[in-house]
Amino acid sequence: MLQITNLHASVGDVEILKGVDLQVNAGEVHAIMGPNGSGKSTLANVLAGNPSFTTTAGDATFEGESLLGMPPEDRARAGLFLCFQHPIEVPGVRLDHFMRAGFNAIRKSKGMDEYDVLKFDRLLNERVDVVEMDRNLTKRSVNEGFSGGEKKRNEVLQMAIFEPKLSILDEPDSGLDVDALRIVADGINQLRRPDNAIILVTHYQRILNYVVPDQVHVLIDGRIVRSGGKELALEVESRGYDHLGRPAEATQASG
Amino acid sequence: MTQRTATQEEAYLAASESFESNGASHDPAWARELRKDALDRFRELGFPTARRGNEEWKYTDVMPIARVPVRLGAADAAATVDAESVAQASLGAAQWPQLVFVNGRYSEALSSVDALPEGVTTVSLAEAMRSTPDLVQPHLARFAGYADNAFTALNTAFLHDGAFVHVARGLRVDDPIRLLFLSTGDGEETVAQPRVLIVAGEESSASVLEAYAGLSEGDHLTNAVTEIVVGAAARLDYYKVQRQPEQAYHVTNTHVAVERDSRFSSVNIDMGGRLTRNNLNLVTLDQDCSCYLTGFYMVTGRQHVDNQVIIDHAKPYTTSRELYKGILDGRSRSVFHGSIIVREGAVKVNANQVDKNLLLSDQAEADTKPAFWIYCDDVKCGHGAACGHMDPTALFYLRSRGLDERTARGLLTRAFLSEVIEGIANETLRGQIDGLVADTLREWLGDVG
Ligand SMILES: Nc1ncnc2c1ncn2[C@@H]1O[C@H](COP(=O)(O)OP(=O)(O)OP(=O)(O)O)[C@@H](O)[C@H]1O
Ligand SMILES: [Mg+2]
Repeated sequence: MLQITNLHASVGDVEILKGVDLQVNAGEVHAIMGPNGSGKSTLANVLAGNPSFTTTAGDATFEGESLLGMPPEDRARAGLFLCFQHPIEVPGVRLDHFMRAGFNAIRKSKGMDEYDVLKFDRLLNERVDVVEMDRNLTKRSVNEGFSGGEKKRNEVLQMAIFEPKLSILDEPDSGLDVDALRIVADGINQLRRPDNAIILVTHYQRILNYVVPDQVHVLIDGRIVRSGGKELALEVESRGYDHLGRPAEATQASG
Repeated sequence: MTQRTATQEEAYLAASESFESNGASHDPAWARELRKDALDRFRELGFPTARRGNEEWKYTDVMPIARVPVRLGAADAAATVDAESVAQASLGAAQWPQLVFVNGRYSEALSSVDALPEGVTTVSLAEAMRSTPDLVQPHLARFAGYADNAFTALNTAFLHDGAFVHVARGLRVDDPIRLLFLSTGDGEETVAQPRVLIVAGEESSASVLEAYAGLSEGDHLTNAVTEIVVGAAARLDYYKVQRQPEQAYHVTNTHVAVERDSRFSSVNIDMGGRLTRNNLNLVTLDQDCSCYLTGFYMVTGRQHVDNQVIIDHAKPYTTSRELYKGILDGRSRSVFHGSIIVREGAVKVNANQVDKNLLLSDQAEADTKPAFWIYCDDVKCGHGAACGHMDPTALFYLRSRGLDERTARGLLTRAFLSEVIEGIANETLRGQIDGLVADTLREWLGDVG
């Protein structure tokens, strides 16, 4: 489904991703861990098409088509979804209106009929339950004044509505209390299907107890230095990242 | 250039002569006196120019305005306008009362005031000066001083046509009273100088919509003066919507005087005109008044819009809130000068002023200048100003949900104005204005969904 090869990306003159390789197949869940500033969000944003980043080398293909140069809306329409680490507040844009606009834009691009307000409301009512979110929240401006946890739930709610093929979840578990974590994790699990895939960026092993990954990758300084099964997350949790070594050594080791 | 302006000023003096001997000759003696006095003052003042070292006009060049040929609107211009075009240019609901003016001249045929409740007067100013001078004379030209304002002097020198709105004491009027000023003519520029007087009686509650629209292209000049008196414990919502053609010149001087315990709100919208200058002056005549002055402007191309708002907190325990927002595209330019005066002894004044601008292009430019003149210690005053381009992170967020770039831009631009639009008390108007904004953005950006 997703094939990343030797991906390099920068902000301005600063190179952040320094050669990432990753393959994600349908039905899989991949967890990405790594220290602060290692480039996890950058990778997520580059995949989603954030124009602040420039890819300088390598490629990323989604269902056989290169993502490079594809506008973010086309990626969304192709079935890619980014759950933001820091969802932005958009005062003056009502959340439910916004979600319907995006939902319909995606449907329209596929030649499917658009949902009217009534039909969309029905869908929305059903999906807010998945993340146990207060329906009234969707009548407010996008993320405006939402608590940290509410913002995360809102991201997962949108994932539930758009039903993407590939979801990139950038720390959906950060800042959640225990109950909220379980709810969000349950929500993610309900959306797991054999024909879709999930990339889950996290700092904590805990969410992986609920959303069990097929593979865990450790990203350090813009490179994936280790990949393994779910036990790698436990190793990171108990021993940290230091022992995983500098990426230069990792390259040597694998090369 | 200066030569040209001088002849223009002479042209106005000549126009005044024929004006006095024609339609306006039946006006009461006091009105004719007032005009004469104002004309003398205009003759002395002349049009303000930068050359005359005028700080107030530093950012807005009136030369093009002063060059508009002096052709006062003809009384028969209304004959060329049909009800349909009036309906199209109108805002609000068809059943709301409306006075219609074409090129500054009142048209009875196009107006509809059948729905007026008892106790509400909405008539042409000329008629009001004749039939109810006791209601008009005490207020007319009381707050709109022309001693140092050439445009107000000029308007007063031609004071005749316009509107008089009077709401009787204690009366509550739900539907906005509408005044519609249309400019028309086949590329023939006209000069319209409407005069509006709105008097809200004590404890009354009403709203007035003053709208300007163009039915044809042309360098029309509107030089309007509006005076508003809000009686004790009254509430008045005032809307001014300017949608003149892109070549039009639009100058307004609005003077608001609020009495004790009153509440006044204004929404000033500019979506047209080549050069727009709005002076809005408000004075609190007594304590415990609250005033909400909001507005937005949307300009593109080489449009220029200049808002000068002066709030004079002459009395204690008065509150004012100003919120203006601008959207600028192309090579447009905006100026916002907000002055707040707090007089000696005006304790517990609470005044806040905000002007924010969203630049859609790199060539657009917005100037914001707040000024405070505070002669009292025990007050709270604040201001905020912002000017910037669209937040790329927000744009990306919207696009990542499948919205194309244009739609996302349109949505964010509308959202930027929503604070002002949501403050529009009348629901019908709120919806229509939101629609106008969407239409304008569609024109600017392409389809915005
Ligand atoms: N827009 C930007 N401008 C400048 N530097 C940036 C920008 N975005 C990211 N960076 C830098 O790139 C590096 C990687 O950032 P990134 O957000 O990808 O890290 P992360 O792995 O997601 O960290 P965290 O775990 O803290 O979320 C950091 O050093 C960061 O400062
Ligand atoms: Mg991050």
